[in-house]
Amino acid sequence: MSKSNVVLLDHWVSPYAMRVRIALWEKGVDFESKQQDLSNKSELLLRSNPIYKKAPVLLHDDKPLCESLIIVGYIDEVWPSPPLLPSSSYERATARFWADFIDKKFAEAATKLWRSARSTEELEAAKKEFFETLKQLEEFLGEKDYFGGENFGLVDLALIPFWSWFSAYEKFGGFKIESPKLYAWMQRCMERESVAKALPAQEKVLEFVCTLRKILGFDQ
Amino acid sequence: MAVPEKGVKLLDFWMSPFGQRCRIALAEKEVEYEYKEEDLSKKSDLLLKSNPVHKKIPVLIHDGKSICESLIIVEYIDEVFPGKTNILPSDPYARSHARFWADFVDKKVYDCGSKLFKSKSEALEELNKEFICILKTLETELGEKKYFGDDAFGLVDIAFAPFTSWFYTFEALGLSVEKECPKLAAWGNRIMERESVAKSLHEPTKIYDLFCELRKKFVDA
Repeated sequence: MSKSNVVLLDHWVSPYAMRVRIALWEKGVDFESKQQDLSNKSELLLRSNPIYKKAPVLLHDDKPLCESLIIVGYIDEVWPSPPLLPSSSYERATARFWADFIDKKFAEAATKLWRSARSTEELEAAKKEFFETLKQLEEFLGEKDYFGGENFGLVDLALIPFWSWFSAYEKFGGFKIESPKLYAWMQRCMERESVAKALPAQEKVLEFVCTLRKILGFDQ
Repeated sequence: MAVPEKGVKLLDFWMSPFGQRCRIALAEKEVEYEYKEEDLSKKSDLLLKSNPVHKKIPVLIHDGKSICESLIIVEYIDEVFPGKTNILPSDPYARSHARFWADFVDKKVYDCGSKLFKSKSEALEELNKEFICILKTLETELGEKKYFGDDAFGLVDIAFAPFTSWFYTFEALGLSVEKECPKLAAWGNRIMERESVAKSLHEPTKIYDLFCELRKKFVDA
């Protein structure tokens, strides 16, 4: 029987790729990370993700899986311990809802801050949206240690990678994020080995974003 | 302390393809439920309380607890109500594959399809091309299979089924699914043979009538 082969088509700065790295390390799965050059996409990436042509892609015994939350769901099913999703169907649906919220609302608002807001009005609108989504996430977190309750779970994993991008959001958004609850949660997550290993330093991400913005025609 | 109401309720809007997904799933599992039509211009307290984050339909309320977002609702229905069929396969890779394509329908079909509906004539040609591309991608995924789920009607079929009643309207906009994607059109006819789909979808002409009305109001005005 062949040994299971787990390869991650990876990108160091992608929060979506970070999610997959965290999930694999949480489960103690050995994997090979293949850094992708997204300006010059490899044959392997294009073949493994012909629809979106993006990283992350997980190759498990050469079978490709795409879209970070779908990949994480797969990892959780194939390597069940420790579980990332709760056991009750209702709580699972709730976790999936908030992970989806992070993708649809939070990530989109955050991206607008540094990537698409070109005028002062657009930036103000993006800031408003960003803070609104943060507020909603804070409300859901409440007094819990983790979004998953007592245990680190899907929603924590879905959100924590964006912590590495916070310096960039603050710099280009022109604000400071004041949220003791969220900061406490982030510190708690960063104490986990999987998270500490997966997230790059904020300064490195900021440097990356500055360079990317110049390429996109900002800050000339 | 109030005891949560037992049973299944669906907060919905007749024309919503997302609501229709839930109706199909509930019918597949033969679940009895109360259907509540929402006036989207005047959302009910129940809707706003059950989906405070997005304030949208559909919302499934099961024994007083609300579940939102159509694909999440469909998976919940699959997990909680065993029924005679499974909406998702049991193999983890096959499940991920199904989730990927259901997500593709969400990311691509609805977005482009509704742009088509709202577009002025100048933009139509470009959008038509984009939409055909999306449909052809789905058709390639379907291949020679009876359903997207292979022999079993499943998540991707449920995700895409509601959009088949839009095909007639697309034809009026110069996009013939029958001509461009005959396998997809055949699949569209095949799924209508399932009672769950036939009773959840509306007559394509109704969609077309509504489309004409909305266009008069918002596009051609």
